[in-house]
Amino acid sequence: MELICPAGTPAAFHEAVDAGADAVYCGFRDETNARNFPGLNFSREELREAIAYAKRKGTQTFVALNTFMRAGAEEIWYRGAADAVALGADALILADFGLMAHVAEKYPQQRLHVSVQASASNPDAINFLVDAFNAQRVVLPRTLTIADIARIGKNIRCEMEVFVFGGLCVMAEGRCSLSSYATGKSPNMNGVCSPASHVRYRKDGGELVSELGEFTINRFPAGEAAGYPTLCKGRFDIADSNGYAFEDPVSLDVMGELEALKAAGVKALKIEGRQRGKAYVAEVVSTMKAALNSPPDRRAPLLARLRTMSEGQKTTSGAYEKRWR
Amino acid sequence: MTDMKKTSLTLGPVYYLWNAEKWRDFHFRIADEAPVDRVVIGETVCSKRQHFIEPHLAEVVERLESAGKTVILSTLALVTLNRESKQIREMAEVSEHLMEANDLSALAILKDKPHTIGPLVNVYNAPTARLLASRGATRICLPPELPFSSVKEITAELPDIDFEVFAFGRMPLAISARCAHARSKGKIKDNCQFVCGEDPDGLPVRTLDRQSFLALNGVQTVSHACQSLLGELDHLVEAGVRSFRLSPQDCDMVAVAKLHRAVLDGAVDADAGVAKLRQLYAVAPLANGFHHAKEGAVWVARTRSLQAAWPA
Repeated sequence: MELICPAGTPAAFHEAVDAGADAVYCGFRDETNARNFPGLNFSREELREAIAYAKRKGTQTFVALNTFMRAGAEEIWYRGAADAVALGADALILADFGLMAHVAEKYPQQRLHVSVQASASNPDAINFLVDAFNAQRVVLPRTLTIADIARIGKNIRCEMEVFVFGGLCVMAEGRCSLSSYATGKSPNMNGVCSPASHVRYRKDGGELVSELGEFTINRFPAGEAAGYPTLCKGRFDIADSNGYAFEDPVSLDVMGELEALKAAGVKALKIEGRQRGKAYVAEVVSTMKAALNSPPDRRAPLLARLRTMSEGQKTTSGAYEKRWR
Repeated sequence: MTDMKKTSLTLGPVYYLWNAEKWRDFHFRIADEAPVDRVVIGETVCSKRQHFIEPHLAEVVERLESAGKTVILSTLALVTLNRESKQIREMAEVSEHLMEANDLSALAILKDKPHTIGPLVNVYNAPTARLLASRGATRICLPPELPFSSVKEITAELPDIDFEVFAFGRMPLAISARCAHARSKGKIKDNCQFVCGEDPDGLPVRTLDRQSFLALNGVQTVSHACQSLLGELDHLVEAGVRSFRLSPQDCDMVAVAKLHRAVLDGAVDADAGVAKLRQLYAVAPLANGFHHAKEGAVWVARTRSLQAAWPA
C-alpha cells in the first residue's frame, strides 16, 4: 500500500520525501485548499521546486484543490488547477463537482482524485464520480467501518485511499457547517475549521475557558491540560450530563489494522496533518514506512512509537470500528 | 419589480423522529390548511427510523395530492450501507413521484430522471448547479450556509433553473456516522432504542457556560437558532429565487407557512412578519447570519437605512 503524506511547507515536503513517502499532498496558499491556515501552503514557485525534488526521488505530488468554488470567483480554482497541471502534479484532489467537471474537460489526461470533502461514501456515489469525471481514486470518508470499505472496494471502478493517522473529523467531511455557524468561516467555503482567528482563552476563577467566536467550547480545571477548541471536540451540556458530546480530543490511529485494510483492497494510506511541523512529518512518515515494510508480528514497537506522537497521545480507531458509532 | 406573488413555498421533510400518528396528522393538517405548493416527505436523517412512517406514507401522499400539493420523496443524507443504496434505487425504479437527492448516491441513481436537489448537497456555485441540471435536476434548494452574494451569482448565471433557499427552520449543520444523540443517553447507534424520538424538536446542546448552541437530532446536528429569511424575501425574489423552503419544527407550521405566504403576497410587512414569527417559534432565537456572510448563529436586523436612502 502507498503511503500518502502531508506537507504544509516546503520544508515538511522535503522531509516527507526523504522519509520515504510514496506521495506527498499539499495545496496552494489560498482559499482553494482545506488547510488554508496562516503561514502554511505553497506559492507557485515553491510547488514547482517541490515537484521537481519529488520527481528526482521518485515520489509523487498530489495537489489538493478541495474547497468548494466561491460563486463568481471560480477563476481562482480554475487557475489553481491549470497551474498544478502545468507544474506537473501527479494528481489533483478535488471536492467540488463544478471543478471536477472543468478539470475532466480541460485536462482529460490529468489524474483526478476525489477528496474526502466530496463525501463519496458508497459505491453509487463513487461510481458516479468515476463515470462523470473519470476519477481514478477516492479518499473515503472517515465514517466507514473496515467491513464497509471491503464491500465498497468490490463494487467500485477506482482505487481507494483511507485516512489512517492524525486528526479525525467526527462529522461527515464536506457536510459540516458547525464552524461557520460559530465563526462565519467553514471548511467548505474558506478551507478552515474552528479558525485560530476566532479562538480566545480566558481565565474564570481557577478555570481556563476556551472560546470559539461567542461560544464556550471547553473549560479546564487547574491542572488539566487545555486543548485547542475544535468545535466538535468540545465539552458541552446535554440534558443532565456534560462531557465530550461528539468526540473526545483524540486522534485517529488505525495502523493496527493494516492487514485488514490491505485485505479490504485499500490502495493507499493517508496521514492527516498539513498543519504539522516538519519534525513531526519526518518522524511519523519514517515510522509508518518502517511499519509498512515490517512483517505484522514485528510492527508493535513501531506502532507504539507512533502513538506517542498523537494529539494528546489518546487515539481512536474511529468509525473503522463499529462500536464507535 | 419582480412579482413576489409568483413565488412558491416548499415544506421540507421532517428531520426529527416524530411518532407515526403525529407525523401523519401533521401532514394531514398541512394538506388541508397550509398554503404550501409542494411537500417533501420521507426519512432523511437515519435509515433506522424508516419503518415508523411507512404504514402512513400512502395515506399522507394521497391527502397531500388531493389538496393539490406536489409530493416529493426525500432520500437519505448520508448513505453508507448496502440496504440504504438499495432502498433509494428501488424507490427510483417504482416511484411515480419526484425524488429529492440529498447525497451523491441519489444523484447517481436519479441521473436523467427529473428530480430535485435538497439543501444537503453541496451546491456552492453555478458550474455545479449547471452540472446537476444537465443530469436532470429541475429544482435546487441551495445549502443554508450559502451567503446572498453567492445565491445572486448562481441565480443570475442560471435563470432557467428553479432555485429555492432554506427560509425557515433550525439549520442542518452536520451529519455523522456516530450518533451523539444515542450516546448522550448512554446508548450507541446500533442499540439506540430510538431515544431520539424523545426529542421531537432536537435535544439541546448547551455550552458549559449554559449558552444555547446546537441541538442533536440522531446522527444529525442542527443549530439552536432557527434560520429565518423572512426579512430578506424581497431581495431573494429580486435575485431570482423562485421558492422558499420551510423546514418543519415542532410548532404550528401551518401558521408559519401562512405567515410566509402573507409576507410574499405583501399582506404583512417583513418587520411585522418577523415579530410574529418570533411568537410562533419562541423556543429559539431567529438567525440569518449565513445569508449575510456572517456567523450562522447571528441575527442581522433589517436595515432601515434603505428607507433613509430613498425617501418616500
